[in-house]
Amino acid sequence: MGEQQTALAVDVDKRLNGFRLQAHFAAPAGFTMLLGPSGGGKTTLLNCIAGLLRPDAGRIAIGARTLFDSAARIDLRPAHRRIGYVFQDLALFPHLTVADNVRYGIAKLPAAERQLRTAALLESFHVAHLAARKASEISGGERQRTALARALVTDPDALLLDEPLAALDRATRSKIIDDLRAWNAVRSIPILFVTHSPEEAFALGERVVVIEAGRMVAQGMPQEVLAAPRHETVAQVVGFENVFDAKVTALHENQGTMLCRLDGADCELEVPLTRAGLGAPVRVAIRAGDIMVAAERPRGLSARNTLRGRIGAIRREGVRVILAVDAGVTFEVHLTPSAADELRLAPGREIWLVIKTYSCNLVHPRN
Amino acid sequence: MEWSAIFLSVRLALLVCVILLAVGIPIAAWLATSGWRWKFLVEAVVALPIVLPPTVLGFYLLVAMGPASPVGRLYAGFFGHGLAFTFTGLVIASVIYSLPFAVQPMAAAFAQVDRSLLNASAMLGASGLRTFRQIVIPLSRGGIVTGAVLSFAHTLGEFGVVLMVGGNIPGVTRTVSIAIYDHVQALEYNGANAMALLLLAFSFITLSLTYAVNRRMWRVWPLQR
Repeated sequence: MGEQQTALAVDVDKRLNGFRLQAHFAAPAGFTMLLGPSGGGKTTLLNCIAGLLRPDAGRIAIGARTLFDSAARIDLRPAHRRIGYVFQDLALFPHLTVADNVRYGIAKLPAAERQLRTAALLESFHVAHLAARKASEISGGERQRTALARALVTDPDALLLDEPLAALDRATRSKIIDDLRAWNAVRSIPILFVTHSPEEAFALGERVVVIEAGRMVAQGMPQEVLAAPRHETVAQVVGFENVFDAKVTALHENQGTMLCRLDGADCELEVPLTRAGLGAPVRVAIRAGDIMVAAERPRGLSARNTLRGRIGAIRREGVRVILAVDAGVTFEVHLTPSAADELRLAPGREIWLVIKTYSCNLVHPRN
Repeated sequence: MEWSAIFLSVRLALLVCVILLAVGIPIAAWLATSGWRWKFLVEAVVALPIVLPPTVLGFYLLVAMGPASPVGRLYAGFFGHGLAFTFTGLVIASVIYSLPFAVQPMAAAFAQVDRSLLNASAMLGASGLRTFRQIVIPLSRGGIVTGAVLSFAHTLGEFGVVLMVGGNIPGVTRTVSIAIYDHVQALEYNGANAMALLLLAFSFITLSLTYAVNRRMWRVWPLQR
């Protein structure tokens, strides 16, 4: 490995049709997930790195190799960047066979090596049996695999994946990811993986970069980014079902907590202390799965927040029961089916919601 | 049946078709890809022969080929005779006259090739020329075939430009359409009908084949949206 373990360093500023992308991060070898809502600039960022779009300013490098540097007037053409790029629509050449697609990027190699490498990649991504088929005649999952093999056969210094697996079912997706991981265990190149699915980002990435409206709003290890969102966008992006506006009503500095009243409701929540002052507007984000339900007013609990509410609606989604509970504001609560059955939950029934202080995540509202 | 006129027409049309493939593909490629702000002027010039009366085009070509123009003088200086009323002059005039019929379907086909395929090719290290040869051309076969057939058929049936530039010299510039006109002028309707029918049948068969082949191409193109 050694010399191959070089990070992709990105610093770009790009204006495009009234939109501005500003990104600054480094992606070491391994999976870095670019997470964010669509239209937030993720694809624009990949296109800048690939050289298909030219940033107004900045620098892009892989290890010591500079691909773009506005100050030094360096701007390598896409064909010279040694970057593998799997597009959202895959862009397989429809008139070529699977094998010819994979071979396309190594036309300059000697025939014997070309044959060897093509065979190896077709094997790694389990499409060897399709080698002679036209790219337009194979299934979705097979096309994803072919596109990955085609991008990696050139032995690129970095790999860009633009939601390449979005259309696939979970099982196929995880198998392809496993194959990609196996391939990268040897190569150790930075892989930038665009997704709008927090679950995917959380599950796959060694690092997560959250992008919204052209700006990076968070980055770090998945646990760091997902568990303690410090920005409203991050909370929405990483899947907090409950986000409420509130005002600070009391500070308990010695306890490390404060009270805040939810706007439009007559209820207060104890939440972790932040720098917000008395009366300041804050936003509270709570995961639906972090809220407990009690049939009667609970006693002797460590949880500080108990709110009375009435069940508005119940629906079942897979192995989850989803409640809408009216407690002045509407909370979304997720339970297991057995818990819901045991409590005999039904619409109209009065229940108590129990929320730990540290399940309340404070999010800084955008000004 | 005037076979010499028929052969002359076919020879002229084939030659023009081949020249237009060589000239038209680069022009079409440029029109499909260029971002030059004055491109619309070139597009207008290329399309002019569609709207101009053939006599207008023929008139200016005749003047350009004559001894009064620098082009005509230059040619005469090299070859010892003028371009007007020669087969070569006829070929040049026909190439210009049929240019839009070759270029427009080709440019449309090139422009229709999915941009992300071109980007994918670039990311795989291919040069612009290689991308054009191996991706754009094969995926534009339908448009190229259409352009070639249209320019062939259009040249085969042209009349006004031929009459202006070529005149009516048997074996040199007397094409089918002019022969038919002559027959009608002389009230020889049977002779005119034989050749007109041949031209009609030939044109119909050619176009049918083109459309049939093109339709098969569309069908093997499921990735194209």
